[in-house]
Amino acid sequence: MISINKVDQLYGGTQILWGLDLEIVPGSITCIMGRNGVGKTTLLKAIMGLLPIKSGEITMEGETLNKQSAEKRAYSGIGYVPQGRDIFPMLTVEENLRIGLPVRSKRTKDSPKDIPEKIFELFPVLKDMLHRRGGDLSGGQQQQLAIGRALVLEPKVLILDEPNEGIQPNIVKQIGDVILKLNAEEGLTVILVEQKLGFARRVGKEFRLMEKGRIVAADKMENLNDSLIKQYLAV
Amino acid sequence: MDIVLQQLVNGLTLGSVYGLIAIGYTMVYGIIGMINFAHGDVYMVSAYITAIAIALLTFFGIESFPIILIGTLFLTVAVTGAYGWVIERIAYRPLRNSSRLAVLISAIGMSLILQNYVQLSQGANQQGVPTLLTGAMRIEVGDGFVQITYMKLLILFISLLGMGVLTYVIQKTKLGRMCRATQQDRKMASILGIDTDKVISTVFVIGAMMAALAGVLVTLDYGAFDFYVGFIIGIKAFTAAVLGGIGSLPGAMLGGLILGLSEALFAGLISSDYKDVFSFSLLVLILVFRPSGLLGKPEVEKV
Ligand SMILES: Nc1ncnc2c1ncn2[C@@H]1O[C@H](COP(=O)(O)OP(=O)(O)O)[C@@H](O)[C@H]1O
Ligand SMILES: [Mg+2]
Repeated sequence: MISINKVDQLYGGTQILWGLDLEIVPGSITCIMGRNGVGKTTLLKAIMGLLPIKSGEITMEGETLNKQSAEKRAYSGIGYVPQGRDIFPMLTVEENLRIGLPVRSKRTKDSPKDIPEKIFELFPVLKDMLHRRGGDLSGGQQQQLAIGRALVLEPKVLILDEPNEGIQPNIVKQIGDVILKLNAEEGLTVILVEQKLGFARRVGKEFRLMEKGRIVAADKMENLNDSLIKQYLAV
Repeated sequence: MDIVLQQLVNGLTLGSVYGLIAIGYTMVYGIIGMINFAHGDVYMVSAYITAIAIALLTFFGIESFPIILIGTLFLTVAVTGAYGWVIERIAYRPLRNSSRLAVLISAIGMSLILQNYVQLSQGANQQGVPTLLTGAMRIEVGDGFVQITYMKLLILFISLLGMGVLTYVIQKTKLGRMCRATQQDRKMASILGIDTDKVISTVFVIGAMMAALAGVLVTLDYGAFDFYVGFIIGIKAFTAAVLGGIGSLPGAMLGGLILGLSEALFAGLISSDYKDVFSFSLLVLILVFRPSGLLGKPEVEKV
């Protein structure tokens, strides 16, 4: 689905990603794991077109994304929930959700006017908060909004960067359920950056371990063993 | 007493004009964080287009004032909007990822280019348009009266209408939502499929169109203009935008009205020779004591 081939990326003079290879299989839930600062967010930003890469290639369903702008990638079917959520604080919940409707109407036969009811079934709280400003929501509500907003695009791949950072346990569970449900029922491909081992094991089907800007281990989630954890995750 | 009322009426019309021009400064600042120093000159260009439009309509034998007014507004707003679009494309978009200083210098350059271009193509002398609407309304107040010309009433009406329509567009339409989202977080807007370059172009066009509304109205009222008229009024409108809180649309309109009113009162009650000094002192005071303005947020994180 998404292939990343030998990607190098630099911030100013500092190289962050080093010839990184990654293959995302359609219909999978891939957990990208690694200690703070290994380059997980940088990798996702490169996939989204938010950071230029120095060399290498990123493709989606065989098509090169390298030269595509971020908004084109939204139209190709990539939904992104950034670390820190980045909801529009001064827009209402409804307006936040509506931003993606033009992309949705290109990608589905749905009305370009209506937020799909599915979003409110997954996250009922958004319906109650429809006219509140994004900035007035709690962290957990903002995270649900950020995921709902990405789902409005009707993406083929949903990319989530540490969606559970600083969020209360019941909402963490709910987010996990939503990811599993969308994957099982709609075949949504998911790329998930996750630090919490429990959540990664519950939701992830594949894992990729990162260190110093490279993928250092890749396997099925059930094969994530203690020695790998000790070597690449324990702090 | 009636002098105060009279100056309030004058200040209101003046302020609505400042407000219209301030919109261009504030929206451009809101979306790309730059002060568009060429904006005053866009206003100046619109004065020339007004004169050309009036000449053109009169040439075709149109004499009815309402038709000339509507035709001139339409032509001037459209052509000035196109100027706004072109200016952004050639002077600012190529520098999108450059330092703010580079963009600032480009804006100053653009301002000089516009002045010289108009001076070369239209001549350096003062030009004028004929008075098309005369007459005034008098309102008795106690022993005296307050007078407001029909032209000033028209200015007030069209300015407020323009601001009302713009507020509606920004608050309630899809285009407005896209503008607000891009202003708050450009990266996130693009991730959700918004063509942010297009939105930025649109904001320049809107700003130029609002300045053109002011340009038509002031030119019709005042009659005379030259290639330098954008300078003072541009700085005044910029002051209004800073006063209201730069980046805030209602702030620009409110700032315009407050600046117009206080300037008119100062001119009427203290000294009309020093009213420009008054406005610029006000700018300095705001920058020192309340740089975020009346409705501005104390510097939210800018992307
Ligand atoms: N905007 C930036 N400018 C310079 N360096 C950065 C920037 N963002 C991140 N980095 C550096 O890149 C490295 C990887 O960061 P990041 O991708 O955020 O890591 P992770 O998400 O795995 O914690 C870190 O060393 C970080 O300091
Ligand atoms: Mg990160």
